[in-house]
Amino acid sequence: MNIVSPGFTGRRRGGTELPPGQYLTHEFPVLSAGPTPHVRTEHWEFTVTTESGEMYRWDWPALMALPAEEITKDIHCVTRWSKLQTTWKGVSLDTLLADVETGADYAMAHSYGGYTTNLPLEDLLDGQSWIAYEYDDEPLDPEHGGPARLLVPHLYFWKSAKWVRGLVLSDTEDLGFWETAGYHEYGDPWKEQRYAGD
Amino acid sequence: MERTAIRRRLTWQVGTVTDVRRETETARTLVLEVPEWQGHLAGQHLDVRLTAEDGYRASRSYSVASAWTGDTIELTVEQVPRGEVSPYLVDVLKVGDPLEIRGPVGGWFVWTPEQEGPVQLIGGGSGVVPLRAMLRAHAAAASTTKARLLYSVRRPESVIYVSDLKELAASDDVDVRLVYTREAPAGEPRIGRIDADLISQYAFKPEDGATTYVCGPTPFVETVADLLVAAGHDPAKVRTERFGPTGGPR
Amino acid sequence: MSDYLDGNVAAGPLSELFAVDLTAAIAQCNGCGHTTVFAESRVYADAPGLVARCVGCDSVLLRIVTTPNDTYLDLRGLTYLRVPTT
Repeated sequence: MNIVSPGFTGRRRGGTELPPGQYLTHEFPVLSAGPTPHVRTEHWEFTVTTESGEMYRWDWPALMALPAEEITKDIHCVTRWSKLQTTWKGVSLDTLLADVETGADYAMAHSYGGYTTNLPLEDLLDGQSWIAYEYDDEPLDPEHGGPARLLVPHLYFWKSAKWVRGLVLSDTEDLGFWETAGYHEYGDPWKEQRYAGD
Repeated sequence: MERTAIRRRLTWQVGTVTDVRRETETARTLVLEVPEWQGHLAGQHLDVRLTAEDGYRASRSYSVASAWTGDTIELTVEQVPRGEVSPYLVDVLKVGDPLEIRGPVGGWFVWTPEQEGPVQLIGGGSGVVPLRAMLRAHAAAASTTKARLLYSVRRPESVIYVSDLKELAASDDVDVRLVYTREAPAGEPRIGRIDADLISQYAFKPEDGATTYVCGPTPFVETVADLLVAAGHDPAKVRTERFGPTGGPR
Repeated sequence: MSDYLDGNVAAGPLSELFAVDLTAAIAQCNGCGHTTVFAESRVYADAPGLVARCVGCDSVLLRIVTTPNDTYLDLRGLTYLRVPTT
């Protein structure tokens, strides 16, 4: 059936600065698959577990002690909104993983609240991802993933796990929360990899 | 309604807008003729799907506002600020336009005239829409079941179905009580949300064995459901439906 | 923050898959055993899909993702759905 709704345009889409199928928003929509965890920084920790089972651990003061970067990036949500030039502060995964001994190809990000998402390890390195704890010069709000979230802006934003608590590195690719329910295992917005098989 | 009418997989079908009625500054009722419609129960909802010229689609769920009497169905849509679908339905769609719908759906938040015991309806804002369908079904069946509606609105201008509710309330078996949270009309001293006092004063008592239907934004529904349970109502006889704006197109 | 709706909102996508209405079915949580009408579960809809969670323990009961070609339905979080047949 091909019914066109007369006069319906939907949110304005397109523009050369946007990936295909995205529309521009100036708001910051809150998407959530569950209740918002409220993790106090004194209880917060971030761990990296390697394929051999070795665990590296940072608490909040340890994260704060690491060199932070100011990040300005466009973000693209698979629900079709894009937001340009968002500003963050956080620690590069290059810094966190510098002393981690691993030959793994894949990472699974785990969050407080149970969310997971999978990424190739190489997409977390070389200045492509951060553990972000400030947005727009303010501490990251819990509804946007505070106290700290993963930020991987070159992939659809579901990969930027809110309330991140750790990475588990592996030689094999496992699928995360949305990736096991039909979303693309990689999620490149410029190739419009929304769903499995795209 | 025959069970067979809902025991099938649903697909999208096309209705035509035959009339529109402005209810408030931000809400409009659409009257639709849907040739394939197989009827619905009061309280059920349907999904509306819009398609742009370039194939872009957005869909949302709306409660049916009318009882099924064999001809048309009505939807009442409240405009969501910065929404995508509701502004189109409230301001753009016109008589004669097609509208794609899928339904009816939902088998829990429904009332049928055969149901035993009194019926208590509690609505917040446009949460009154499915409750109005229940009162319409009550009237259409000339039911003598006792029905009460508690309808919470911000101010007098926010009331939808003003004349309709007056007409329904004229029945000896139906009682309608409006609750104003921000501004009340002259002669109404009470301004404030539904609270325990109001429930004990205007709702059926737990021993009356009523089934209660609560519909509105999530915080409203949570508050009212908690008040009912705290007042001794059986949680199994409290049915709820929550709505809210959605973050983006799906 | 009330960022959830309820199981009623899943009725549309489920009706494309099943001939009976599953929102009125009794659902048991695989996590904590809490048993309730599915329509009364919490559904997070502002997300890439619909995620229904247990009122008792917040575990995921059901997920639905609608893609242009398929619908993914994950029922892992449910011990059972009891569907009235009369």
